[in-house]
Amino acid sequence: MKFLRSFLDKIKPSFEKEGKYSKLYSTFEAFESFLFVPKTVTTRGTHIRDSIDLKRTMSVVVVALIPCLLFGMWNTGYWHYRSLGETSEFWTNFLFGFCRVLPIIAVSYIVGLGIEFASAQMRGHEVNEGFLVSGILIPLIMPVDVPLWMVALATAFAVIIGKEVFGGTGMNIWNPALLARAFVFFAYPSHISGDKVWIAGMTAGQNITDGFSGATPLSVAAGGTGETAANMTVESLRQQLPDVNDMFLGFIPGSIGETSKLAILLGAAVLIFTGVGSWRIMLASALGCLGMGWLCNMLAGNPYMELPPYYHLLMGGFAFGAVFMATDPVTASQTGTGKWIYGALFGILVVLIRIFNPAYPEGVMLVILLMNTFAPLIDHYVVDANIRRRLKRVKTSV
Amino acid sequence: MSKVVKLKKGLSIRMEGAAEKVLAKAPASENYAVKPSDYKGLVPRLCVRQGDAVKAGTPVFVDKNRPEIRFVSPVSGTVTAINRGERRKLLEVQIKADTEQISEKYEITESTLKSRDLIVETMLNAGLWPMVIQRPYGIIANPADKPKAIFVSGFDTAPPLLDIDFMISGQEEHFKKGINVLAKLTDGKVHLGLSADDYASKLNKIKNVEVNIFSGKHPAGNVGVQIHHIDPINKGDTVWTLDAQHVVTLGRFFSTGVYGGGRVIAICGSKVKRPQYLHAIEGVSISAFADMIDHTGNVRYISGNILTGESIGRDGYLGYYANRLTVIPEGDNCEFLGWAMPRLKKFSASKSYFSWLMPGREYALDTNLNGGERAFVVSGQYEKVLPMDIYPVYLLKAILAENIDRMEQLGIYELIEEDLALCEFVCTSKIEVQSILRRGIELMIKEMN
Repeated sequence: MKFLRSFLDKIKPSFEKEGKYSKLYSTFEAFESFLFVPKTVTTRGTHIRDSIDLKRTMSVVVVALIPCLLFGMWNTGYWHYRSLGETSEFWTNFLFGFCRVLPIIAVSYIVGLGIEFASAQMRGHEVNEGFLVSGILIPLIMPVDVPLWMVALATAFAVIIGKEVFGGTGMNIWNPALLARAFVFFAYPSHISGDKVWIAGMTAGQNITDGFSGATPLSVAAGGTGETAANMTVESLRQQLPDVNDMFLGFIPGSIGETSKLAILLGAAVLIFTGVGSWRIMLASALGCLGMGWLCNMLAGNPYMELPPYYHLLMGGFAFGAVFMATDPVTASQTGTGKWIYGALFGILVVLIRIFNPAYPEGVMLVILLMNTFAPLIDHYVVDANIRRRLKRVKTSV
Repeated sequence: MSKVVKLKKGLSIRMEGAAEKVLAKAPASENYAVKPSDYKGLVPRLCVRQGDAVKAGTPVFVDKNRPEIRFVSPVSGTVTAINRGERRKLLEVQIKADTEQISEKYEITESTLKSRDLIVETMLNAGLWPMVIQRPYGIIANPADKPKAIFVSGFDTAPPLLDIDFMISGQEEHFKKGINVLAKLTDGKVHLGLSADDYASKLNKIKNVEVNIFSGKHPAGNVGVQIHHIDPINKGDTVWTLDAQHVVTLGRFFSTGVYGGGRVIAICGSKVKRPQYLHAIEGVSISAFADMIDHTGNVRYISGNILTGESIGRDGYLGYYANRLTVIPEGDNCEFLGWAMPRLKKFSASKSYFSWLMPGREYALDTNLNGGERAFVVSGQYEKVLPMDIYPVYLLKAILAENIDRMEQLGIYELIEEDLALCEFVCTSKIEVQSILRRGIELMIKEMN
């Protein structure tokens, strides 16, 4: 590695102030610190520092996402061939999915990192690692049939309007990856909702086998409310829904990375063990979701309300959202107590929107963005309670 | 038996080079210095000139704003140099020690020990006052104040570990005397914090003192954490704190009437050949210990512990409050793809490196920053290592916004740098927590006067 090091040392001066490429200093620094942990030493304060840094933290999240990514690739191929009425091998499925998903990932990273590098240079900052995670999250929460230019546009919107205008990673109010999805959702609704977009090639509509529906469990479940539910029982609704095992393992249509709850649990285990993701938020979300599901069971107004509460954990993007999106440390609540409230409210609202808002079969994305908005308010009251405890102490001690 | 305060939060940094329980005599040294930088917020006014002869206990400079507070020479000898830095800021007064040591002498009578005013006056005159630290702010106490309590921590949990019991063994009588003197200074209690691990410690058998037992990792031994759990500082309160070894110095002075006597320090860290305890005098030039240190490679010499100490260089001088001389390697080398490696040999409080596989390992920690400075990203990290009911990130943000009211509400009176040092250590974003906090404290001092 000495060769590489001396090469970097040789070209470094031309990137520094008054060098030929000084306008690319942030970019150079990003690549240099990617290759080598810088030799910077502490100057003030503690003489030693923990070996953790943001690069490691973010790469732990990326590692935690790999099971979802790999399964998502396989599942893309599986559903594609199934929609054509063909049976296919494991590797055929995977390879097909790989070829469909990889371009989305590439577009997301190229656009997002491009903007990140440019804005870091404009501010004279080091490039922040936050987009390493957003860049992989964006493809995983998109339907596989989404046009690439839409991914590019959505990513640009999320990074510029969602993050950089606020000052970059750490300053943003909303989760950037979800903003990208919300952008597509509101700008091009037909490309991210309905029954066709979740299956690769189905929008184009060629050779789809008769009677095949690409409907997600959520849109099936939504049939359990309103007029369509008139003569339906919860048993018949459950028969229409995929098998519980299939929903847990992920053999269902949906956004690329959200379908396999098993893969998500693997990711959650990594996040919780390393301490990178907040177990409080994950647990509180699940409890909020189950609690609200149970309450709906008690009220039992229609078949959807009667569905066993755990169905809500298995359908749609709830599990993925609770593990990977709601736990984003920047946009979630930051106090311990706040995390419980934030998570629980997220779980409760998701079930509410799913069941009582027929316009949106899924509520996860909007609920997380809404909770992001309220997170500072929740924290405000938690911190306020701390202040009041301190003031109370004065009164009791006098 | 006192109640045990169990602290669950905190962190033990397992580092190589903790001192072995052996007390050696320090190699003789003739170079000493008194440094204003040892004292937070001090503006000094010099009392000596180059070439002046001084005794141990002769004032070298005084506090410009409170001239009754004197800073004295630790040894008798000659002032050899007065070093100034930028804008003529006084850096250090160097003193060359005589072979025969003479100390300033004070007459201590029974009546001195009975009167609070006389005790304070004697301490001021003898140059013992700087050992009394005031909370809030962590500055030298105001002699005119009457604190609501005085706190002494009888154990030290900062890395590398230190055994205060061992350091003051043989000096118990002086320690008791010191506590008795302190008891006169407050109408409240004198609190002594002891570790639940060596609860049977000899310090426990002292009268005139309220013993509090703490269990937990660092920062359980920090006096600030102990105050928070026993008798927290509210707005308008003043509490005084002293280092355990300074209590010994105080007791010795009031027994003998003579300034000085030095203290026990630990010479420790992975670059020390044989980490052990030494008897040394504050302000001594560490060049005297050169033989005990492995100087190969770039090395950092720290007066104090690795979290809060001061980097003093190879020929620097030991600080007034230092209990340790810590020597560790500098980490000024590039590590190829370090952030992506398993890093079995790197310590981390998180489990994102695989060093969690070796729970008992001790690490040769270096001074590499291990990353670049970022905005606050990760949440809940500081809270895990701060056993106090305080939200540190919110406090730091209030300081950055220079919002005095908010700083007060969020508990700035209860903290000094050492209490947040672990937050700085674990910080993923490499934020300089201690210097931000000091900036806030300085703002508070300015605002309150």
